[in-house]
Amino acid sequence: MSAVARAIVEPGFFENGPVQIALAVSAVVSLVVSALGVITVIRGQAFAGHSLADIGAAGGSGALLVGVGPLWGFFLLALAGAGAMELVGADRRRSRDLATGIVLGAGLGLAALFLYLDSRLANASGATSTILFGSIFAISSATIPVVIAVGAAALTLIAAIYRPLLLSSLSRDLAAARGVRVRLVGGLYLAALAAAVALSCLATGAILSTALLIGPAAGALRLTRRPGMAVIVSAAIAIASSCVGVLLAYDSYYWPPAGHGWPASFFIVVLTVLAYLAASAFASRTRRAA
Amino acid sequence: MFSGFMVNTWIVASVVAVLAGLVGFFVVLRGAAFAAHAVPNGSIAGAASAGLLGISVLAGLAVFSLLGAIAIAVLATRDRHDIAVALTLVLMLAVGALLLSFSSGYAPATYSLLFGEILGVSRAELGPTVGLALASLAVLAVLYRPLLLSSVLPEVSEARGIAALRIDLCFLVCVALVTTMTVPVVGTTLIFSLMVGPPGAARSLTKSPAAALVLSVMIALATVWLAIAAAYDLDLPVGFLVGVLAACAYAGGRGWATLRRGRAAVARA
Repeated sequence: MSAVARAIVEPGFFENGPVQIALAVSAVVSLVVSALGVITVIRGQAFAGHSLADIGAAGGSGALLVGVGPLWGFFLLALAGAGAMELVGADRRRSRDLATGIVLGAGLGLAALFLYLDSRLANASGATSTILFGSIFAISSATIPVVIAVGAAALTLIAAIYRPLLLSSLSRDLAAARGVRVRLVGGLYLAALAAAVALSCLATGAILSTALLIGPAAGALRLTRRPGMAVIVSAAIAIASSCVGVLLAYDSYYWPPAGHGWPASFFIVVLTVLAYLAASAFASRTRRAA
Repeated sequence: MFSGFMVNTWIVASVVAVLAGLVGFFVVLRGAAFAAHAVPNGSIAGAASAGLLGISVLAGLAVFSLLGAIAIAVLATRDRHDIAVALTLVLMLAVGALLLSFSSGYAPATYSLLFGEILGVSRAELGPTVGLALASLAVLAVLYRPLLLSSVLPEVSEARGIAALRIDLCFLVCVALVTTMTVPVVGTTLIFSLMVGPPGAARSLTKSPAAALVLSVMIALATVWLAIAAAYDLDLPVGFLVGVLAACAYAGGRGWATLRRGRAAVARA
């Protein structure tokens, strides 16, 4: 038994400092992001969520230039991106896709510029892969309180507007008729999403953060129709995938090619997608049985 | 700016712009900006694996962007389109991240794959690129009417017996073809800007599909030419310029349309 456990959990896994930090950060991030993901999927705003993360990459790479922590860069630019989408009309269903695409293009352009300047001026030539693909084992322990604070703020904001947000996500017209300020609620949601996405960028890198946002939530919504239940299932899937992902990344150091760990974000993404496919298959089977 | 190796760049970039303008018209019409972003962006896995396996980047991109297109079309029959796109995209990117980490070390190569490199077009790539361009033009010409119909009136199109899945797949394959030839110039991350900005601007300027197509191609060409000239002169990354110029083109188009509508209202009053 212990031999099996040793084979799965390589020795030193739980005593290793960077691993402990990685586990803590990925658990908190998964909880926050997957909960917001449920609303993102219900609202049909997967594209916006992905775009905010990509735009966040511009912030992360810009932060390296000025010498502040990447989390603030991720957050500020994602917030600015959310504002820009709101302004160009990302809220209206007809023009939403195009508006999101335009803002995303401009944001990625900025990321290209900043990453270029990073390698030129700040001498950080590895910045491209760190910012875009993440490096969860390189997070310092001082970041944990910040991660928890930002995550708690995002969850509190969503909890405060939960009912009107859900109503306006399911039916915009009905919510407006009931006196919900749809535009304001949508804006607040985008702000919380920006915070969550910034956290997610830190854990899995900017362009992979969409996996934690969409995968667990979409899987959960295949299994249950109740939004509250979906949040719980989604959080469970996300936390499990990211912790197992960190574990596998740690183990992979001994896999081929020798002496070269596989990226944690790779495992996290693959696990969330597998969870979604399993949930989807399970849902269609039970539906057929019924 | 027009000497030697730069000539290749100008040719490939112009070919890419024409196709991006054409395909982009349908991207905007179908509201498929996310898919147009995902197929090229995910195909980075192809470029990375090409480096590892020692095959040409063009072949790697072709295979992966086609796989992405098929995965999106198939997944979208079971769940909502944006979720299918998001999951396909992250899966492909994750494989890309893994392969890039194996081929380790050379960071500038990763960068130019993602964001483009105007000095990276070799003579050997010229032939395949033009061939692919002609192939996609032929596909577009054949698909023009059913694609237009299914984009504007999906119900009518279904009623006429045009299968939604097949059309969606054909459309995504067009996006994949454009993706394949674009990497040496604009990079996987920003080709979609060209498929969104110029056609978006064209659509806000004219209602007629044919005029919008022509306008879209012209704006895309202007964007790319300006971006390459500026990248060459100012030594800036071409991806940055394409992304920002495409957004400016769209903003300009929207502004012009608003201005004209305002004037028309004044004239009527």
